[in-house]
Amino acid sequence: MFHIHCPYCGEHREEEEFHAKGQAHLQRPADPEACSDEEWGDYLFFRDNPRGIHHELWVHAVGCRKFFNITRNTVTYEILETYRIGEQPSFTAEYPDGRRPQDATREAQAPLKAGVHA
Amino acid sequence: MSDPVIANVRTFDTRTEAKIPVKSPLAYAYRRTGAPAPTGESRVVLRERPFLGHLVLRGGAIVLDEAVRAVLGVPLPGEPQGLTRDAAGERSIQWLSPDEWLLIVPGGEEAALENRLREALGDAHFAISNVSGGQTLVELEGESARELLMKSVVYDVHPSHFPVGKAVTTVFAKATVILRRPDEQCWELVVRRSFADYTYRWLLDAGEEFCLGVER
Repeated sequence: MFHIHCPYCGEHREEEEFHAKGQAHLQRPADPEACSDEEWGDYLFFRDNPRGIHHELWVHAVGCRKFFNITRNTVTYEILETYRIGEQPSFTAEYPDGRRPQDATREAQAPLKAGVHA
Repeated sequence: MSDPVIANVRTFDTRTEAKIPVKSPLAYAYRRTGAPAPTGESRVVLRERPFLGHLVLRGGAIVLDEAVRAVLGVPLPGEPQGLTRDAAGERSIQWLSPDEWLLIVPGGEEAALENRLREALGDAHFAISNVSGGQTLVELEGESARELLMKSVVYDVHPSHFPVGKAVTTVFAKATVILRRPDEQCWELVVRRSFADYTYRWLLDAGEEFCLGVER
């Protein structure tokens, strides 16, 4: 058994208290009526199955009963971070070692530079 | 009660004046499994405190804190896993989740208290549910109470990790309980009524080596 950090309880709790709930950050199409069958089917039934970093929705079922997200490595099973609903992960496929503050500044400057070149 | 929001909520006292025999959630277990009386060798004593008033408060921490302070004079535990009690130790309030608290008061007080809280909260966004009938409180006391819990719950109950004034919801055997530590001597378990028989029998079995006795 291992421990998972619950961002709402603020401490590590036994794995037994948690349930996995599938892929995180699923976006419901803004206008379902305008979706093709394929788009709607993708949204409802098809999930990513990456090798490496994966963002998952978990629930602290026995405990505070809140949903939160986990960034997990599907190869090593390592849990890289847990974060609350509404927050963004710092470990992503582009930043496998974690997103540093300077990365955020660089991204913010990128559109400016593009504007200068144009 | 001129406020339309309050007027729209129908609250009632679940305890009737009628002469209906009230049975504790452990009544069946006492009859079926028995209750070994505590002896001089008992290192754990189990005591049920049935028929207390249990209220679940949901809503924003700030508005609830103001209302609970005004009505009970006890602050809402702001930190996760917090448990606070009034001076007499009879009324306690516990953090359950970021927007949920459990308030336990002496039996019979809960209906009036609920109404007073509703009045204090006015038209704030909140919910109060009376769950007194759904759960019961079991106390464990004695030198081996912690050892008994170590056999039963997945949570770390070492004093360095579980100081007085902490309360967690966790896995107990194959059920769930709310585990609380109101003071140095005693541990409290808030047990669901439907799991009370199972939990009681588990405690009796696990506590056999500590000569567990049941105080009634």
